[in-house]
Amino acid sequence: MCSVCGCGEATIALDKDGDKAGAAHTHAHGPHDHPHDHDHPHDHDHPHDHDHPHDHDHEHGHDHDYDHHRHHEDGVADYGKGLAGSHVPGLSQERIVRIERDILSKNDAYASDNRRFLAERGVFALNFVSSPGSGKTCLLVKAINALKERMPVTVIEGDQQTSNDAERIRATGASAVQINTGKGCHLDAHMVGHALETLSPPPGSALFIENVGNLVCPAAFDLGEAHKVVVLSVTEGEDKPLKYPDMFAAADLLLLNKSDLLPHLDFDVDACLANALRVNPRLQTLIVSAKTGEGVAAFVAWIEASAARRAVDMAKG
Amino acid sequence: MHEMALTESIVEIALEEARKQGARKVTRVSLDIGALSSVEPEALEFCFSAVASGTAAEGAKLEIERVAGAGWCLDCEQSVPLAERFGACPRCGGYRVRMTAGDELKIREMEID
Repeated sequence: MCSVCGCGEATIALDKDGDKAGAAHTHAHGPHDHPHDHDHPHDHDHPHDHDHPHDHDHEHGHDHDYDHHRHHEDGVADYGKGLAGSHVPGLSQERIVRIERDILSKNDAYASDNRRFLAERGVFALNFVSSPGSGKTCLLVKAINALKERMPVTVIEGDQQTSNDAERIRATGASAVQINTGKGCHLDAHMVGHALETLSPPPGSALFIENVGNLVCPAAFDLGEAHKVVVLSVTEGEDKPLKYPDMFAAADLLLLNKSDLLPHLDFDVDACLANALRVNPRLQTLIVSAKTGEGVAAFVAWIEASAARRAVDMAKG
Repeated sequence: MHEMALTESIVEIALEEARKQGARKVTRVSLDIGALSSVEPEALEFCFSAVASGTAAEGAKLEIERVAGAGWCLDCEQSVPLAERFGACPRCGGYRVRMTAGDELKIREMEID
């Protein structure tokens, strides 16, 4: 376990000629340094009613006795930091600290670092999310092959185990880093930050982050990407957007994959898209088939147009 | 979903604050968890004791305030209760409802010693 950042379960496998180097986990916290300034009010207000010093809502009678006792025993108890700034009989030295911090604030701080790093290099990052087996990797391979002449592509692959997907990506000639999350059900921004150090995506490139196959958890974790792209396959049922709304609400583009199978299924494309748009009226949608290549040209055009728009937005600041 | 990762983040933030305050231990952590946030309070409680064990937050009480879901219905032009994320307005049945409360995932305050 890394004692600096506490990351323990995820391992990052290096790419480059199969040189996985036993999941070398470089811990240069270099470009990934962040000062952790958190401005928040430290109100030391406490809700105890002073008219009733013995009326404590919460259970800390024992602690109070202990402190009080210790005070008399060794005479060194420091009450200067207490609520009242002095020892008041019946008033505990326990302090209530208002924090008002988002539980995801740690992840979000790492995500901002990643976003800044990517913006400085002009790298356009997409976070691909879906359930397992929707055809993400196959679709990425198609997109990389269609895109690589015009724009370099690098890939971060997230899976609980194996580097099978990274190997499939590397077969296209693109650099790929595999993150194995172990028990983790999603990639977080900290893992991606380390992977970026290893991958070092070239300026002006596209970065595809293939998240762990899971329609729930990855929705909550910002990785620093420009857009989340949700992949849904037509074998999954048209009510998926209603069953797992968070993911469809968090995404900017929906790729409805495996369209080649539509003639064999009762899947209602219009109903599926209507469900997705109900959850997220701004969602853009494309119907694709990684097998036949249907819609892949449109997807690649979307990537190029979105990357260009983002570059303009970044230049404007 | 991912309650373990969230709990690790909760304990990490609590310990960081406790260090800043020069506290010996954390005795209570209070959270605001929205009813529409896809987080199970029971799972958080279960994970919390496991994650806090062996740290300055070991044995701390975890208090979870469930924040009810609410939204602003654009058609009714009023605030309405929401029972599910992206659910319909209970008054008009329409879906033009913007969530205004219920997705909170926040550490509100903590008690240290």
